[in-house]
Amino acid sequence: MKSLSDKLLGGKQGAVGLAILALLLFVVFPLWLDLFRLGLLGKYVTYAFVAVSLVLLWGNGGILSLGQGMFFGLGGYCMAMFLKLEASDPVSTKIQTTPGIPDFMDWNQLTEIPWFWIPFKSLPLTLLLVLVVPTLLAFTIGYAMFKRRVGGVYFAIITQAIALILSILIVGQQGYTGGVNGITDLKTMMGWDIRTESAKYILYFANAGLLIGCMLLARYILTSKFGMLLLAMRDKEERVRFSGYDVSNFKIFIFCVAAMISAIGGAMFTLQIGFMSPSFVGIVPSIEMVIFAAVGGRMSLIGAVYGTLLVNFGKTVFSETFPELWLFLMGGLFIAVVMFFPDGLAGIYEKYAKKFDIAGVVSKYVSKVSKKASKMIGEII
Amino acid sequence: MFGYTMDEVGNIMVMQGFSGLSLFSVLLLMALGLAIIFGQMGVINMAHGEFMTVGAYTTVFMSKLAVKYEIVNSYFVFAIIAAFILAFFIGYFIEYLLIRHLYKRPLDTLLATWGLSLVMQQIFRSTFGAKEVSAELPEWLLGSFKPTPDIDIPINGVFVMGLALIVTVGVYFFMFKSRGGLRVRATMQNRIMASAVGINTQKVDRLTFALGCGIAGVAGAAFTTISSTGPTTGSLYIVDSFMVVVFGGAASLMGTIASAFGIAQAQSILQFFMTSSMGKVATLMTIVIILMMRPEGLFASKVRK
Repeated sequence: MKSLSDKLLGGKQGAVGLAILALLLFVVFPLWLDLFRLGLLGKYVTYAFVAVSLVLLWGNGGILSLGQGMFFGLGGYCMAMFLKLEASDPVSTKIQTTPGIPDFMDWNQLTEIPWFWIPFKSLPLTLLLVLVVPTLLAFTIGYAMFKRRVGGVYFAIITQAIALILSILIVGQQGYTGGVNGITDLKTMMGWDIRTESAKYILYFANAGLLIGCMLLARYILTSKFGMLLLAMRDKEERVRFSGYDVSNFKIFIFCVAAMISAIGGAMFTLQIGFMSPSFVGIVPSIEMVIFAAVGGRMSLIGAVYGTLLVNFGKTVFSETFPELWLFLMGGLFIAVVMFFPDGLAGIYEKYAKKFDIAGVVSKYVSKVSKKASKMIGEII
Repeated sequence: MFGYTMDEVGNIMVMQGFSGLSLFSVLLLMALGLAIIFGQMGVINMAHGEFMTVGAYTTVFMSKLAVKYEIVNSYFVFAIIAAFILAFFIGYFIEYLLIRHLYKRPLDTLLATWGLSLVMQQIFRSTFGAKEVSAELPEWLLGSFKPTPDIDIPINGVFVMGLALIVTVGVYFFMFKSRGGLRVRATMQNRIMASAVGINTQKVDRLTFALGCGIAGVAGAAFTTISSTGPTTGSLYIVDSFMVVVFGGAASLMGTIASAFGIAQAQSILQFFMTSSMGKVATLMTIVIILMMRPEGLFASKVRK
């Protein structure tokens, strides 16, 4: 029997990897980056939630969802609705025709808050809904699809279509959702100003903490018996079914967990960046998030986080300096990862780490390199 | 109904029906290519829309040439052929470079072709600019005819539909009545047996993929008669085309036609009565719900798996 700590951390190597990641997120980056860059990093870290969820779902479960963006977006929208209601108190919206409702509703001639906004007046309910709404949607989709043994390619295409529907719906229903601009001008949470420097630091640390928490949860799932079954289902679904397991229930479960993890990322995105828009819901962001996981390594939780950070760092640098080159690079990255590095960064790391065969040496080496690399990156920036 | 008289509703239905027919034709041409690539080969080509854009840009380019040499009235047929050939050869090349390594990993093909579509979009943007361009249409394609005073039917829509029908019939005869089509179907049904009886399956793969891309090129040529072309034009149609193919039942030609017709008509009639985004949402939602209840699509061929 494995102990609980083994299950959570994934053995010595997993623990070392996680410790290095935690060290980077909690100590190295905050000490070394200025607040603006740290904010950007915080944004990338929220995407890492989705990458982690995709490692569970896609790398280990073999289920490619092209709709993870919509769970990220739904989590974010739930949070944004709460913050928006708080920001639109009657005093600060007194120039509107109807004070006390969000500005975009007023622009669209709404005179009262729609019914589905009402639960978002309370914070505990909002926090609950951040988790429940995306999970329920995932459950509905998963139940309808997996019970009928729809999988693989069809699942990918249909989740993509649902992501498209949701993004068109959000853009189209401007009065209820803020339309293409999304929900903006978010200011306070229970009177606590989320735009101050100290709030930004606190939110960054909360975000990093939650990510580590989600990774522990994911690790726990993967090292348990369920994780074994997940792998077995990916490779020989029929055999698992014939062994007496209800494959569809397992798939629904992992899809729901993945949706929930993505939603936490979305909610943290809203809190840190201060807005939410449909550009995080549709097809393009959903596929981009898949590539984050693919670059890092679809089988590796820690790799996925590094993949996300790296791709986004590259995106920021390149789209600032050579905006034209970026799409070529992104497209090339998709092709190269699929063709030459199916296991991503984690695969490359594994290949070279095995030569040393000692986790300690490797971890020292890695921490040295990563520190050096981060210094070098710091100088470049 | 919605404050219109029955007569008006009838006229609107006919007119929106015809505007739906243009959409139907483009969707059908797109979906025919996809039905071959996805339905027969099982390859998810997310760059399919970009092959359509290749065809569209070829047509625009040809129209510029035609204006220069003053043959605007007769160039269009050549433009369609050129669009087909160019998209065909690009497809051939892509299959050789990329797709053939990924037949055993369908989900990875999806990612790789998505990457390809990003690269192609950027190539379009760098070459032709980010602005939308439109082709100079020959005079006989412009205007409309009026069977009754209240009904207005654009000629380009009728032309596009005729083109779609010709290509559909062509695809049908190729796939089901020719030696080439027989080879394609044999390869897709049982690769090992097909190669045992002397079919060069790799060559068949490459030509099949290229054919699908070529048809997407024709879709692009048809597209220029009803709208202008930009670098991301193709990506707007990719989800719709996949829905058409999946909804129709991936391996069925009849299903593809029927579902392209249904989706295009539903969208264009609903878009008149609701806002355009809600019409699209309602259509896609209906398809998704039907697909959830009947995952194999409308016209599934009954096979044991």
